[in-house]
Amino acid sequence: MTGGWAGKILRIDLSKESYSVEDLNLDTAKKFIGGRGLAVKYFTDEVPADVDAYSDKNKIFLAVGPLTGTYGAANGRYMVVTKSPQSGTIASSNSGGYFPSELKYAGYDMVVLEGKAKKPVYITIYNDKVEIRSAKNLWGKTTHETEDIIHEKFHQDAKIASIGPAGEKLVKFSCIMNDKHRAAGRSGVGAVMGSKNVKAIAVRGTGGVKISDKTAYRNAAFGAYKLLKDSPVTSQGLPAYGTAVLVNVINETGLFPTNNFQGDTFAKAEDISGETMADTILKRNKACMGCIIGCGRVTAISDPRFSGEGEGPEYEPIWALGADCGINDLKAIAKANYICNEYGFDPITAGGTIACAMEMYENGIISKDEIGRSLEFGDADAMVEMMEKIANREGFGDKLAEGSYRLAEEYGKPYYSMSVKKLEFPAYDGRVAQGMALNYATSNRGACHVRGYMISPEVLGVPEKLEPTSIEGKAEWTKAFQDTTALVDSSGVCLFTTFAITPEEIKNFFNAATGLNYSADDLLKAGERIWNLERLYNLDAGIDPSQDTLPKRILEEPVPDGPQKGSMARLSETLPKYYEARGWMDGIPTSEKLAELGLR
Amino acid sequence: MQKLIRVEPSKCIGCKTCELACSFKHFDEFAPSKSRIVNEVFLDEAAFVTVTCMQCDEPWCLKACPAGAISKNSDTGVVLVDENQCVGCRTCVSACPFGMIKYAESKMKADKCNLCGGDYPECVAFCPTGCLTFEEEDTPTRSKIKKFATSVKEGHMEV
Repeated sequence: MTGGWAGKILRIDLSKESYSVEDLNLDTAKKFIGGRGLAVKYFTDEVPADVDAYSDKNKIFLAVGPLTGTYGAANGRYMVVTKSPQSGTIASSNSGGYFPSELKYAGYDMVVLEGKAKKPVYITIYNDKVEIRSAKNLWGKTTHETEDIIHEKFHQDAKIASIGPAGEKLVKFSCIMNDKHRAAGRSGVGAVMGSKNVKAIAVRGTGGVKISDKTAYRNAAFGAYKLLKDSPVTSQGLPAYGTAVLVNVINETGLFPTNNFQGDTFAKAEDISGETMADTILKRNKACMGCIIGCGRVTAISDPRFSGEGEGPEYEPIWALGADCGINDLKAIAKANYICNEYGFDPITAGGTIACAMEMYENGIISKDEIGRSLEFGDADAMVEMMEKIANREGFGDKLAEGSYRLAEEYGKPYYSMSVKKLEFPAYDGRVAQGMALNYATSNRGACHVRGYMISPEVLGVPEKLEPTSIEGKAEWTKAFQDTTALVDSSGVCLFTTFAITPEEIKNFFNAATGLNYSADDLLKAGERIWNLERLYNLDAGIDPSQDTLPKRILEEPVPDGPQKGSMARLSETLPKYYEARGWMDGIPTSEKLAELGLR
Repeated sequence: MQKLIRVEPSKCIGCKTCELACSFKHFDEFAPSKSRIVNEVFLDEAAFVTVTCMQCDEPWCLKACPAGAISKNSDTGVVLVDENQCVGCRTCVSACPFGMIKYAESKMKADKCNLCGGDYPECVAFCPTGCLTFEEEDTPTRSKIKKFATSVKEGHMEV
């Protein structure tokens, strides 16, 4: 018996308001695992590289992995893959919560959204019963209101993924939110859903995930638990302070960008740290389905200036809406983060874009009249106001809603956009961490921390400590991290578990679930295959190797302050080595490499 | 004394691992809808409540069963469905005020927590935070009493 995969794909034709169910192609699943890999394979087969992200020819693939919906590590993830309106690259975005597992219990490995609905709709799935319903009364609602209404109208136990007003208004960096606080956050997947007039997908599944070898699976879980409990990151740091545990660590190491990367040390970092959050706005910790780490932070603010409640902020929003905007007011940051969750847009890009606007304002490039107010670094009220304006594309928010690259370009100053392939940096300066810089330059969706998290070895010392500023071995390490991440995203396991577990443990789960007999190397090869397929798509989409680069500030202006003063990204030295490690010629996968991976 | 699954809600993180462990052990698949233990997540209030059969001293399900299929073991305290005698009439399902006995379609019998029938309860074994324990003593209740008493003590000391 084969387990792990559910075995079915649900295809929804929005133009015709019809749906069909097809068998999962098992040969494809064996080569591409599931989740990200499966979605990428179907996406690249079905969506031509030259389509506009908002065209009815674009499709959205929402895919779970063979391990999604089970226990063991934190096996509750799914991946959304489509063409990005923000970067023009392949868009892929990962989320946890409860929705992904429920999709599996309903019997699907993947849902495909095709075409474009004439009017706003939402989709309900009750096992094999699928309906496309009018979303007339949902359009304009926040993600939280949307979930509440669908719970009443459809099913009290439904798990829901939806877009907020930002996705409806095609804010270029809109998310698909699920379970109210979890986000398929980056690269604009929510805007694509908005362009298709789809407000939400609600699922109730009463089936289960079958497993080929029960005893082996249970043993694999105990093995992974032990590793997760032995790792200080997954058993202490993340449970105690959430991802915000990183604020002090990254700041003290000197790669915590401030004021749109004008500096790398934030004097007031303590005010926005995970430790401060635990002492002030934290209500309790929360996990996703099947997760033993529980990094989620439920928070509340009663301060009338910034009242609200919800989840987060995570480390990245704390930095983007905080230090990168020169802001040390944790309540303002939390409020801005709630706005992101409820209106459905990415706080990393939002913060990076506001920081970009702040610098352009201070340098006299954008006027007070255009913005409608002053916009200086450190002004928490201004930041929160801009967030509200982005959410509704109101006033200057309409320009911010295009992201920092398009904003800066409009004023003829793309220099101010701290982005790669039009996607804003997350919270680690590549001028210091050379592996991270290389990952930013080569990540298939632009400057992203969750495609090859080289901060793990370069700062946290996991699995071993590498000197961040050294370039020694970074090309090979970055490739290994990117391929491993592609595998993890495809399996359905949370990336955070990889502070403790390795492809070896994923192999144990995978084999026990599916009844196959893969080696860890086989699985890593699948990760490499997925990475190369994403690369091929981007090349076809016109994202040529010249775009494997970093902003001028990161390449040419040394870090001005802190312990890493003087450091610069040495991409010209690492990139050729990376291409070589990948088996690419001038950034293009060779026919030998493609043959080795069984691609094309 | 008899052992019971004890729940300490403040330790729950809403991961539903208990549901996964229960359904995998008893139904051979990861299917929370079939789990005997339920971890309810209230997203708005960020409240996580875990409920399971408390093996009542005077079980409604037992009293209601017309087939005499439900018994309470005097040694272990477990309220047990004898599947040979169960006719699948679902009367017990109606009778239990807590919803803790269900009808399992896969075997066409009533289904409820049996504390894993002598094995160490799987939900407890997999609970990552110690929210669930399998003990004779009601430690969670004792903890609450102690917390209450501590606050009274602190009040006394302030006076």
